[in-house]
Amino acid sequence: MRLSLPNLLRAFLLGLLLVFVMAPQTMEPLLRPLAQANAPVIYEQASLLSLTIQHLMTVIAATVAATMVAVGLAIFVSRPVGAEFLPLSRSLVNIGQTFPPVAVLALAVPVVGFGQKPTLIALFLYGLLPIFENTLTGLTSLPRAVIDAARGIGMTGRQSLWQIELPLALPVILAGIRLSVVIGLATATIGSTVAARTLGEVIIAGLQSNNMAFVVQGGLIVGGLAVLIYDFLSALERRAFQRIRS
Amino acid sequence: MPLSRDVFLKGHIDKLGVLIAILAAYGAWSPFASLRANRIVQGEGFGLFSALPAPMAWLLVAIILMGSLVALFRREASPRILAAATVLMALAALVGEAAAHLTPSENNYARVAPATGFWLLLFAFSLLAADGISRMRPDPKLRLAYLIATVGILSLIILSGAWTDLSVMKEYAARDDVFWREASRHLALALGSLGAAALIGIPLGVVCERVPAIRATVLTTLNLVQTIPSIALFGILIAPLGWLAIHVPGAYAIGIRGIGAAPAFVALFLYSMLPMVANTVAGLAAVPRESREAARGLGMTSAQRLFQVEFPLALPVILTAIRIVLVQNIGLATIAALIGGGGFGTFVFQGLGQMATDLVLLGALPTVGLAFFSAVVLDALIDMNSIVPARKEAR
Repeated sequence: MRLSLPNLLRAFLLGLLLVFVMAPQTMEPLLRPLAQANAPVIYEQASLLSLTIQHLMTVIAATVAATMVAVGLAIFVSRPVGAEFLPLSRSLVNIGQTFPPVAVLALAVPVVGFGQKPTLIALFLYGLLPIFENTLTGLTSLPRAVIDAARGIGMTGRQSLWQIELPLALPVILAGIRLSVVIGLATATIGSTVAARTLGEVIIAGLQSNNMAFVVQGGLIVGGLAVLIYDFLSALERRAFQRIRS
Repeated sequence: MPLSRDVFLKGHIDKLGVLIAILAAYGAWSPFASLRANRIVQGEGFGLFSALPAPMAWLLVAIILMGSLVALFRREASPRILAAATVLMALAALVGEAAAHLTPSENNYARVAPATGFWLLLFAFSLLAADGISRMRPDPKLRLAYLIATVGILSLIILSGAWTDLSVMKEYAARDDVFWREASRHLALALGSLGAAALIGIPLGVVCERVPAIRATVLTTLNLVQTIPSIALFGILIAPLGWLAIHVPGAYAIGIRGIGAAPAFVALFLYSMLPMVANTVAGLAAVPRESREAARGLGMTSAQRLFQVEFPLALPVILTAIRIVLVQNIGLATIAALIGGGGFGTFVFQGLGQMATDLVLLGALPTVGLAFFSAVVLDALIDMNSIVPARKEAR
């Protein structure tokens, strides 16, 4: 690790996040001026650590499921068997992305009720689109010559997919996963409005009781988490890209 | 691929058609509409034949059957679009009829809403329509014509009163003045922040393209802002804006507040900046060197080159940014309701709070419709302005 400005900022943000989550009381003097005279300053209805873990678990579960389904579907429509679905799936992704996450979340509630479930469904459905789109782009924009070469050395379709096409498309697929995780973190935050246990709870509680200290601590934790995760996934992606080039 | 295509053209079954037919069969068998004693209790589902008078139910079954057969056996675009349009129009007309049929007379509390079967049928034949349209690859003008026709038919159905007995329309009737006020707020938030982002983001993009030293910093910062979840950003902005409103003379007078539309506007503006700046940079960077040199050879000044050569060539990429921002803002503006900023989100969150699904729909459906409408219009504009008709870039 070089001692550069971005690395210092990362360390600072990570430190701040850890203090906020593990020992929120130490932040009380800083947040005090934001709360009204007798109002609590630190959110205590639930531990911030457990909310953070639940928030992350929700996003991870939905992203893993979305990745498996989306990559599977993208492989299917990019093979000759599923070619018939290719034009439709492209326009569906296009249309699907115009659906606002809040609407997906709110419309899932009548079907499955309040709680973690509608949030997981919205996260899953919304997570599919960027991963599917990117996997498809990755698989369909490979140079023709590469695939011909794989055939030429006697690889079967399956071998070519696993040993050549997917590894080459990996950075683009990872970019899709990153987008999906970022959208997921945001949508999970909104999930608190349908009673899912996520960090959004702190912000919503603050908005409802007009307590800016809650709003700011919730906002900072969610924001910091999102920025750090985004940064981490971008680094992974760069590494995958370098492996291909070397 | 060409081989399998030929095999299918010789009277074999369309794979997507199989999916659509299964969905349609399941949809026709599921409850078509549900009746509830009031707006928040659980409903009771009614199948096609109990929700509709018998002749109409038979008519709808026949139309669905015809649509499914077309989906299964006809591969050309036009019959598919035509069949899909027929089924969708029949569904739209008859769901209103079911509401009128099921609502007990003189009962103002009972609510009839479309149920699973209706939504499945709607989904199945929208798939068929989307498939037909993507096979036809219509030019931008034709796409706009389809859009206008769809909007026209929907408005006619609503104005004709065919849907008056549907629960969503009852929610609307109970608050029609508030609805239009929130609609205009929603649009003002989404379009206003887009306008501000274009005014500031495009010049900033031009500067970033010319001064590589600041490009990386600006883009990284905007990228980070983009990753902060919307509620969090709204929340974080409340404190500084509240402070401004109290301590800076005149700030309150021009509408700056900690709570309400101001933080929502600023947050939407910040989210809009990344696509605006990044695409302006990308669009200008992609202007061919020959074009720039030719313009210079003609003796154009730097400003003339920018406005007469570079901008027109970069226009499709900048329009793509406007499309991304507009669709994104229409969705995000829903969340403004949580901090008192108004918009369609008001109905969504009120509905969630009261467990009133119809009220959620009253907020969610216009949002989805508006986002979809803007996406189609801007996609068409992008295609019309591209010299080579190009596919839209990934987001």
